[in-house]
Parts: sequence; C-alpha cells; structure tokens
Amino acid sequence: MKKGASLYLDGITVTFDGFRALNNLSLIVEPGELRAVIGPNGAGKTTMMDVITGKTKPDSGTARFGDHDLTRLDETRIANLGIGRKFQKPTMFDALTVFENLELALKAPRGTLAALHWRLSGEARERIDEVLTEIGLTERAKDRAGILSHGQRQWLEIGMLLMQDPELLLVDEPVAGMTDQETEHTAALLRRIAGKRSVVVVEHDLEFVRALGRKVTVLHEGSVLSEGPIEQVQEDPRVIDVYLGR
Amino acid sequence: MPGISSLRFNLRLLLVALIFVLLLLPPLLNALPAGHPLRVSDFVVAVTGKWICYAILALSIDLAWGYAGILSLGHGAFFALGGYAMGMHLMRNIGDRGVYGHPILPDFMVFLGYKELPWYWLGFEYFPFAMLMALLVPGALAGLVGWLAFRSRITGVYLSIITQAMTYALMLAFFRNDMGFGGNNGFTDFKDLLGVPLNTPSARTGLYLAAFGALLITLLISAHVVQSKFGRLLIAIRDAESRVRFLGYDVTAFKLFVFVLSAMMAGLAGALYVPLVGIINPGEFSPGNSIEAVVWVAFGGRGTLIGAILGAFSVNALKTWLTSFAPDLWLLVLGALFIVVTLFLPRGLIGLIKRRGA
Ligand SMILES: Nc1ncnc2c1ncn2[C@@H]1O[C@H](COP(=O)(O)OP(=O)(O)OP(=O)(O)O)[C@@H](O)[C@H]1O
Ligand SMILES: [Mg+2]
Repeated sequence: MKKGASLYLDGITVTFDGFRALNNLSLIVEPGELRAVIGPNGAGKTTMMDVITGKTKPDSGTARFGDHDLTRLDETRIANLGIGRKFQKPTMFDALTVFENLELALKAPRGTLAALHWRLSGEARERIDEVLTEIGLTERAKDRAGILSHGQRQWLEIGMLLMQDPELLLVDEPVAGMTDQETEHTAALLRRIAGKRSVVVVEHDLEFVRALGRKVTVLHEGSVLSEGPIEQVQEDPRVIDVYLGR
Repeated sequence: MPGISSLRFNLRLLLVALIFVLLLLPPLLNALPAGHPLRVSDFVVAVTGKWICYAILALSIDLAWGYAGILSLGHGAFFALGGYAMGMHLMRNIGDRGVYGHPILPDFMVFLGYKELPWYWLGFEYFPFAMLMALLVPGALAGLVGWLAFRSRITGVYLSIITQAMTYALMLAFFRNDMGFGGNNGFTDFKDLLGVPLNTPSARTGLYLAAFGALLITLLISAHVVQSKFGRLLIAIRDAESRVRFLGYDVTAFKLFVFVLSAMMAGLAGALYVPLVGIINPGEFSPGNSIEAVVWVAFGGRGTLIGAILGAFSVNALKTWLTSFAPDLWLLVLGALFIVVTLFLPRGLIGLIKRRGA
C-alpha cells in the first residue's frame, strides 16, 4: 500500500427519493495523480466524494481503493485506509483552537487509550508548526477555530488534511473565499502534494483548474460528460453546451 | 490573551480549593463540644454528606453531557443501582438482628416466604464485592445501552428518551416483590458497615469523609480525562460528531468509554449515599430524579466540571430550604430555574463568575 493505491469507481448510481444524483458514474484515479473535477451545480461532485468516504452508500456500482471495497466500510475505516477529505463547507471543531484542531487531525494512533495517554512530542509539535506556516495561521494558533474568517477556515481544513497525511486527498472547492494570491498558493500546494499522494479536487474556478494544469473530468447530471486536458475539454461541444458556454 | 486564560484557570482552581475547604467544615464543627456557639448539628453533617454524593452524580453527568454531548436522562438509574448494591451489603450485615431473627435471609425475604438467598445475592456479604458491583453493574448497563444506541448513531433527544425509558423500566421492575429487592419498601433498618454501627457520630463522620474523598478523586479523574486529547475529542464529538469520523476516530468507542465511566461514577455516588441516608427504594429510579440532576448541571454550568459541583450544592441547598416551609412549590421552582438558565444563563453560574473574572 505504501506505493499508493488507485481509486476505482465503476457504474456508481445514487438516488435520493427517485432523483439520480449519480448515474452510472465511472472514474479511475491513478496513484500520485492530480485530478480536477468540474461540473455545474448539482452535477453530483460532492455526492461522489460522499460515496468514496462512506457517507453515502450507492444503490449499485463498485467503489474500490486498492484492494478495499469502499461500499462495505464506514467513514472511520475508510479514513484509516488513508483517504482524507476537505468538505465544501469548511467543517472543523469551533470550540477548539486552531492548534488543537490540527493536533486531532495529526496522524497518530486513533484508539481511546492512546488519546488518554497522548503527549505532544517535539516531533509532533514541529509538524504542526510546519503546517501552521504552510497555511499561514501561525499567528492564530491559539484562537478558537469558531472565530476564523471563511478563507481562514478553508486554510485550516486544508491544514487538517495535511496533518492526516492521507494517500488520497479529496478536496471539495478549496479556493472559494480565497484571494487570487491564496488561490495560486493552493494550486502550488496541491501540485506539490500530488506525485507522492493522489489528489482529487472539485472546483468551479476555471482559472484555478488551469493553474493545476492536469487532467480534468467534467460531471453532468451524475455521470462523466468529458475527460482530458483542460484545453481539450474546453473545446468539447457538449461541455460548452452544458457548462462553459453559459 | 494567554494571560486572561491562565487568570481564569487560576480562578477556577481557587474556587475548587474553596469548595473543598468549606466541605471540611461540617464534620470539624460537628466535633466541637455540645453547646459551643460554632457547633453544627448532626443534621447538617448528614445533609451536606448527601449533597456531596449528589455532586459526584452531577460530575458524572457533566462528563457525558457537558463534554461528549450525551444528554442522559437516566443517570438516576446508575446512581440507584450503585445504591442497591450497597444496600444489599448492608442488608446482609444485619444478620440475625432482623425482626424475624433469620440468620441469613433479610426480613422481607422471610416475610415473602423465601427459603434461601437468590443466587444474585451471593457474595454481597463481602464489602469489596459489593463495592465492585456498585461500579460494575451500572457500568455494564451503560455499556449495553450505549453500545446499542451509539452504534446505531442514535443521538440527541432520541438518546435522552431511551435513557429516560431505561430508568422508568427499572423503577417498575424494582417495585415488584418477586425481583428479590424488597419491592416498594426497598431496603432500610441498616445496622452497621465495616463493623461500625451506622447511628454513631464516628460512622457519620467516616461516611462523610469517604464521600468527600470520592468527590475529590472523581474530580481529579474527570479533570485528567477532559484535559487530555481524549477530552478534546469528546468536545469535537459533541460539536461535530460526523466530522470526527472522517478523521479516522471510532466515535462509538469514545462515547461508550465516557458513558461507562460516567455510569460507574454515578454508581459510586449511589453506594456512598445509601448508608448516609439509611434507605434505598425504587423511588430513586423515578425519571424525575434524573431530570433534576441534569438541572443541577445546567444551573452550575455544563462542560466545566466545577460548575456541576457548584450546581448540585446550590440547587439542593435551595431545595432543602424551600421544602422546609413550602414543599409543594419545589417542582414549580425547579421548572422555573431550568427556564431561567436556558434563557438567561446558558453557561450557568460558572458563566457569571467567568465573566467577572475576565
Ligand atoms: N442527502 C441528499 N438528499 C437529497 N438530495 C440530495 C442529497 N445530497 C445531494 N442531493 C442532490 O443531489 C444532487 C447532486 O448534489 P451534489 O451536492 O453532489 O452536487 P455538486 O456537484 O456538489 O453541486 P455544487 O457545485 O452545488 O456543490 C443535487 O441535486 C442535490 O440537491
Ligand atoms: Mg458540491
């Protein structure tokens, strides 16, 4: 597993009260790949991440990460396989400080007794400081997460993802609420992570997707509409029709 | 900023120290010679001792509710089960000094025509065994109920209803004579504990100090739990349970751990309470008791530990004072108290003090 596993979705269908949020969706992400997923509102991008992380069970289809059948595992087990997630609406623990949020995310034994006996080692502190610098929140380390601005919350959740050190990062709309400069920083960060890790980024911001400069998957009404380099996808008449042409 | 938070922390420590020093006064002043102006009556010692047991119960509720967000409306059941375990030991200690003079069977069993001790009474003649059961039985019940509820992700008001139903069902069960726990009369007329007659001043002081020590120890254990990473995870679970799962933590295991620990603390409180008050009956399981204990915690300020202790003492002091002249008013006042806290004091008494401190 250390070399990284590939993510394999095949024929995934999810319905909510008869409405097909995902319709026979298939997608493969190779180890170390950086993949952007775009698509109009309601295309099923977030639902796809829900299926991969065990939040939503598909009605039919296959979802595998390496040898593991993701449809049979719960969120905890899937997270421990090395799949980390940043939510579209940044979600963290508001009553805890920025530092404590990162500490909880830090890769370490997850058991109850381990948590009772946990001592912050120098190494762990260094790693947290490193990530604090990376996400630009060093000054806010002792502040409660609840008082951060939207953009800072985005950064904190990205930081939590980095602390988890997963093999596959699922990043849902990371640059919403960020300045142009921050957006560039995020793109550079994700490019740097990819290679050692696999990354799937959902984003509406086409500038950002261009800055990532890798393969793009376009979702529409729950299935893949088009896939390829951004230049090619942009030329695709079907894509222009439903998404870019508006 | 760190200056203010450490100031608050010291204020809290000061408050804890003050409470524990004050709690040493009743037995000390009770030991003064009769007629001394500062001497307090036996009644004061007995009542304060009872409140200390309530404070341990409040602490256990705060651990589950204030930190992990598990609002149990059935903690009175764990308290009562601990009380019954101790009560069984006290009944066995009576020996042949009962009304019927039976060497082994308690009076109510002779009266109901029992020929021998039911199997589940075996071992309770030994004090350590009874104490162990006072912890293990509530712990096992909490483990079972918690496991069923938490793994099905039952939270919030549904969990509260389940725990409330649990204590109600136990109350009905313990009311039945054929359960072998004395039916609606429960256990009383205890004689002695560890060889000391219960109606002596030294027994009273000893029981008081035992409760005092138990409060101190349970507070230290709770403080250790909530100040560890485990405690920060409880807060995380309270505020965003699902998010914790995506970090790879087994939320069910964490909730179960704290729920069982909390139930054992409540059981200990009940075991200390029964010899102090000299009686245990199924009324201790009544749903209202559990709700009242939650009000103590809400009033003192949840999620602070010390607030729970403060709440247990202040609400019970109010109750003792009020019921001495207008017992019918108590339920009204309790309800009003809950409304006032919910609307105006969401952080309880401790919130008031903190605001001052800052
Ligand atoms: N739990 C749910 N119950 C009912 N319908 C849902 C649920 N989750 C998602 N949907 C619906 O499924 C469709 C796909 O939603 P999804 O959130 O996956 O879209 P998205 O591509 O992430 O859109 P956006 O760009 O707005 O984030 C939407 O029409 C949404 O309303
Ligand atoms: Mg979405």
